[in-house]
Amino acid sequence: MQMDWIWGLVGGLMIGGAAAMYLLVNGRIMGASGIIGGLVDRSGWHTWAERAAFIAGLVLVPMLMLPLFSVEVSTNITGNLAVVIAAGILVGLGSRLANGCTSGHGVCGISRLSLRGIGATVFYLLAGGIAVVLFRHILGVI
Amino acid sequence: MLRNLFAFLAGGLFGAGLLVSGMTDTNKVQGWLDIFGDWDPTLAFVLGGAIIPMAVAWNVAARRARPVLGGELPGKPASEIDRTLVVGSVIFGAGWGLAGLCPGPAVASISWGGLGGVVFLVSMILGMLIAPMVRQRLEAAAGALQRS
Repeated sequence: MQMDWIWGLVGGLMIGGAAAMYLLVNGRIMGASGIIGGLVDRSGWHTWAERAAFIAGLVLVPMLMLPLFSVEVSTNITGNLAVVIAAGILVGLGSRLANGCTSGHGVCGISRLSLRGIGATVFYLLAGGIAVVLFRHILGVI
Repeated sequence: MLRNLFAFLAGGLFGAGLLVSGMTDTNKVQGWLDIFGDWDPTLAFVLGGAIIPMAVAWNVAARRARPVLGGELPGKPASEIDRTLVVGSVIFGAGWGLAGLCPGPAVASISWGGLGGVVFLVSMILGMLIAPMVRQRLEAAAGALQRS
């Protein structure tokens, strides 16, 4: 538990390193919702292979790393499927409307001091905080 | 081909970072958002750690004409915070808080996320599919408001 922040920092540097490589080598902004969403609604179909390759790496590399962990890795996602469905729809819809999520606006936007990236991050952090307080402490759903 | 290889490597490093940092664990994300509970500061270190190399990369990109593999570097970001950005971010944030997953970690953890992970990903794709229609309605409503 006390070591968690170090792993957070190491993992964060890896995430930023991936974003830096994708920008400087491929010339692309590493935004997960944009990369996936462009395939889902076909708006990014002309770069489908690059997007599919990114997603393949995103799925395969963590999967291959699982045996390195001495404890069982879990997402600890709630078993309440109604909550999962509602949350999934909100995440997909909201990130596409906002043209970005935690990676696109949070990592890539803030690091270039983009006003939209900073603004989006402020609003989704506030909404996320309110959602957890409301549904955990007031309604007791999660 | 080289573009796809580097896209694969970037996706892989991104996924590895999400796993190592704990961002594929919904308890860590909700622990950060839950300021009235047992607050978990990990996410601040993740975001801070990720911004450092990316800020360097933006500075390098500003002095380069083209990316290594050719093509164009991204242009200057739009600066206007419009209604769709705010509405979208609030909707996204609410879902993120509710389940503790955002798009990157949802995909990265699909191999071990079980039924909940699959249901989340399918629902997320559904949300992405209806987004163009919702965007159109939002923009039409904003236009009507301006005319009246």
